[in-house]
Amino acid sequence: MKEIVKDIRRWQKQEKKIAVARVIDLDGSGPRLPGAAMAVTEEGEVSGSVSGGCVEGAVVLEALEVIKNNTRHIVSFGYSDEEAFSVGLTCGGTVHLFIEPLDW
Amino acid sequence: MNGKPKKDISIFDRMERLLEKEESFALVTVVKGPPVGKKMIVFPDEKSGDGFEGSLGNRSLDRVVSRDARGELAAGRSGVRNYGESGEAREETIQVFVESFIKPPQLLIVGAVDFTAALVKIGKVLGFRVIVCDAREVFATTQRFPLADEVIVEWPNKVIEELGQTLGPRDAVCILTHDAKFDVPAVVSALTTEVGYIGVMGSRKTHEDRTNRLNEVGVTVKEIERLRSPIGLDIGSRTPEETAISIVAEIIALRTGRSSTSLSETHGPIHD
Repeated sequence: MKEIVKDIRRWQKQEKKIAVARVIDLDGSGPRLPGAAMAVTEEGEVSGSVSGGCVEGAVVLEALEVIKNNTRHIVSFGYSDEEAFSVGLTCGGTVHLFIEPLDW
Repeated sequence: MNGKPKKDISIFDRMERLLEKEESFALVTVVKGPPVGKKMIVFPDEKSGDGFEGSLGNRSLDRVVSRDARGELAAGRSGVRNYGESGEAREETIQVFVESFIKPPQLLIVGAVDFTAALVKIGKVLGFRVIVCDAREVFATTQRFPLADEVIVEWPNKVIEELGQTLGPRDAVCILTHDAKFDVPAVVSALTTEVGYIGVMGSRKTHEDRTNRLNEVGVTVKEIERLRSPIGLDIGSRTPEETAISIVAEIIALRTGRSSTSLSETHGPIHD
């Protein structure tokens, strides 16, 4: 969280709508621990990361939905099956994220 | 505070200030259940009111969760916990995420030498609060170590004695002077603390001389075993930067209790 505060402040000054995604839990192996955070603006600008790059793309799409609908919820990404081109962690774990608008 | 946020200060504002001051606190967020999104900030002790600010919307829930969050914070853990609507155990109506923010670990570097600047740099990359000390004021300057959080001109043993209480298992002392006049008293002082890592620089020969001198001043064999001397992992480092990497790698490996061999030569999970 600490490393994304500066970007968030800059975006807030520009009056952009922001969503924050945080890793809250992991099953099995995962690259980033609970607390890893990423912020996304309504324009799709990104700060921080929540995995080794495996799920960030999907998190941006989820975050844009969260901003649009003003909702907050847990999203989980499991093992990615390469043949199915699904989004997930290639390391075999499952990562649980909480995504919410920055209205607090 | 009595659980109420200060007027006009959002939880995010409060969090930013606490992060700036590098204070320890936990940010609690309801991630599932009716009060989803509600937050509170929990402090390590209950000195001010209830020891938390903000609310999850139920006093009883606040009380139970803040107590549990304080425990997680003390252990430096972040994770999810489940409760009933009023904080009941063994119920899962409400799930909270407790995120612990703890003070950064300290890296005290004794000796303002060539290797120090590189170790300061790498130490900062890893999130340490870095302190450099040396008794020689010509060398111990902020100009030479602009990235250091603090540069102290003082005899190292005095600095360690002063910091003593604050040095714990996550902290490290690196003694780079390789001069018996400075390093023997510094080692003796460091051994009286609870610091997790004590590394002492020097060649094999310097190490032998130093061990003898330490024996002479009454340091026991068991205490000497606590020292990482010569300092660093055996990765063939030559330059100050390479040496800094070998030192911090040793600090990490000591903390995690891992073998420090290549993963390609070991088996089992990469992360514990």
